[in-house]
Amino acid sequence: MRLLLSALLLMVALSLSAQDTLQTVKVQSNSRSLKKSLSVTANTTVMTSKELLKAACCNLAESFETNPSIDVNFSDALTGTKQVRMLGLTSPYLMITEENIPSVRGASQAYGLTFTPGTWIESIQITKGAGSVVNGYESISGQINTELLKPANDIPFFLNVYGSTDARFEINTHLNHKLSDKWATSLFVHGNSRLVKNDMNDDGFLDNPIGNQINVMNRWQYTNAEKGWVGFVNFRFMNDEKQTGEIDYLPSRDKFNGQIWGSEINTKRYDLATKIGYVFPDMPFQSIGFQNALTYHDQDSYFGFRRYDIAQTSYYSNLIFSSIISNTMHKFATGLNFAYDNYQESVFGADLGRADNSIGGFFEYTYDNTDNFSLVAGIRADNHNRLGAFITPRLHMRYNPWKDAAIRLSGGRGKRAANIFAENQQIFAGNRAIDWGAGFKGPYGMKPEIAWNYGLSFNQKFFIFGKPADAGFDLYRTDFQNQVYVDWYASGNAVGFYNLTGKSYVNSVQVDFNYEVVKHLNLRSAYKYYDTFTEYSLESAERPLTPRHRFFTNLEYATHILEKGQRWKFDATWNWTGTQSLPNTAIAIPERSPAFSVVNAQVTRTFSSVLEVYVGGENLTNYKQKNPILGADDPFGQNFDASVVYAPIFGQMFYAGLRFKIK
Amino acid sequence: MLVALFGMAANAQEKKNRNAKYSTEVNGNCDQCKKRIEKAALSVPGVKSAVWDMETRQLSLIVNEEKTSLESVENAIAKVGHDAGDKKATASDYENLHSCCKYDRKP
Repeated sequence: MRLLLSALLLMVALSLSAQDTLQTVKVQSNSRSLKKSLSVTANTTVMTSKELLKAACCNLAESFETNPSIDVNFSDALTGTKQVRMLGLTSPYLMITEENIPSVRGASQAYGLTFTPGTWIESIQITKGAGSVVNGYESISGQINTELLKPANDIPFFLNVYGSTDARFEINTHLNHKLSDKWATSLFVHGNSRLVKNDMNDDGFLDNPIGNQINVMNRWQYTNAEKGWVGFVNFRFMNDEKQTGEIDYLPSRDKFNGQIWGSEINTKRYDLATKIGYVFPDMPFQSIGFQNALTYHDQDSYFGFRRYDIAQTSYYSNLIFSSIISNTMHKFATGLNFAYDNYQESVFGADLGRADNSIGGFFEYTYDNTDNFSLVAGIRADNHNRLGAFITPRLHMRYNPWKDAAIRLSGGRGKRAANIFAENQQIFAGNRAIDWGAGFKGPYGMKPEIAWNYGLSFNQKFFIFGKPADAGFDLYRTDFQNQVYVDWYASGNAVGFYNLTGKSYVNSVQVDFNYEVVKHLNLRSAYKYYDTFTEYSLESAERPLTPRHRFFTNLEYATHILEKGQRWKFDATWNWTGTQSLPNTAIAIPERSPAFSVVNAQVTRTFSSVLEVYVGGENLTNYKQKNPILGADDPFGQNFDASVVYAPIFGQMFYAGLRFKIK
Repeated sequence: MLVALFGMAANAQEKKNRNAKYSTEVNGNCDQCKKRIEKAALSVPGVKSAVWDMETRQLSLIVNEEKTSLESVENAIAKVGHDAGDKKATASDYENLHSCCKYDRKP
């Protein structure tokens, strides 16, 4: 028992590395699948794997559809890629990590979230605002950290099969083996494919790309609770192939011949990651963590005549020492980061290769009065070959003014080098000319992006008719000192990248209300307001394709669990999206998109702890954007543009799947 | 057995362990008690870590024996109203506790 407990402690200590108070949210197996603790310093929500089961499918990008903090949008009408946003900013402004190692960045920015299968995920921590300094300086509006299943406490066998009416099939198999009381290993194999071509809106183009993905991961875990050691080694290989464009397009016949328009996006990725953690046996509050990751990411693609290739070789290393000052009310984490990124990038044949490296040190202090106040103050200093030497300060505070309430404040700075093409690949989905300013020098000739983010939030738990409820709001502001903005407004036939010369900011407001209406029936709702402003080259305007107003409601109902685990679960989500400002286009379209609603629903039947079957539908009201591809009749002409997507392209979709577990 | 235990404790004290682990029973019954107990323990210089388990009523301590002793920690906890080890809180300190914290006192 004692051993088990200390093993558990060790695991928690390691997986949280140093960001004790920022990310220490214990994942307990109670019924709530979305948790927000009142005693955590940062504005962090934890999504457990249960929450992920509510979405149709099946990868990280799609797992946020029942989560109000994160918006999911399509990036273009061709690739079917879902893009996430937080506080009104797209994913490049978020730090996306896998077990605290940066994962979706650089070359993988556009499609990276689709490269983590949902069944591999143990939990996701979503932090709004500045975040911790431990993992780096790049995050601006928030952090998303994914914890994968741990070999030491995984089940021996898991199988998930899924199929949908948009002709997508998925299979996930997990094998786990405990080799000794110290060693355990897991093998995850994921495959998905879409073989059938769909064109529901009769524009001659595929609504969703056809293609396939193979994704294999092998994890090893070493745990020695008595001596205080934990270690992980991950090997991973991923191959993803997509083809999109006109229905009749055949790559072998039509590639680059200017008759039928088509596109292929092929990505290979290799990952090797290691993690070593040591907790001093006499001093459970003192630990050392050492993480290393080596990645090779290679995307070869073309869009009609436009070729875009990017390969990124990355090495990331992070050493963290955590301990206390006199007692556990005063904790600190300090350490070093090293990062190296070599990009081989070719845009329409122009070589934009470059190498980035940075080294930095950080110190993060956490004060917790063990009662109603805590504070996390972090600072880091980095030296980067292109960004220069700079300081990144960040601060989070939490105060519980009275029972069941929390006020949080945060502020901090983020800085990053924009990878303008990798992050904005929807510019290739069309024939807009690409303009990156007159002062072109070096890689892109862009200044570093620098922004400050400030936040205030309030949460109160209470009871209505004896049932638990909670309500709250948060206010955030992101202020860009410099930004590389994407100008979709200056011309209908071009898109430009420029250094900000004027102002750019995003204000966001979110109001939440959650209530357990009756036992087993939970209501979750949120309203969001985004006020975005950027001084573009010719005009000041709000960000294109960013709704000002959004409303979200999720209802879940589950029957009581019977003896053998039998249970019904019902889940429905309604998303209302307000009007959005649309880019300037060659073919005239309205200035703003119409508001629309999307309804998703799912029913799960658990027969026993071994077998579970689910069916569901997405976009039940069958809302479709009319003419998502402008100039579809002449795809090699100037007016062809598939980047203006504000709503679903594919209508109603139904799916079914099963999960089989051997415990 | 008991002798051996005492012997070990004595031995440890001679060495002045800077990270000595102790576990002692502290009486209490709610989250508020937990905060109060841990806060009282941590307020003693030399106490590095204090975690009280509501169910087992055990307080796990890590203390620097060069600076303090289990006895002083127990005294500090008794002072805020909670019986700790063999140190009893005074009747008035006990009476000052919030109503939900009025645990059943052992004789």
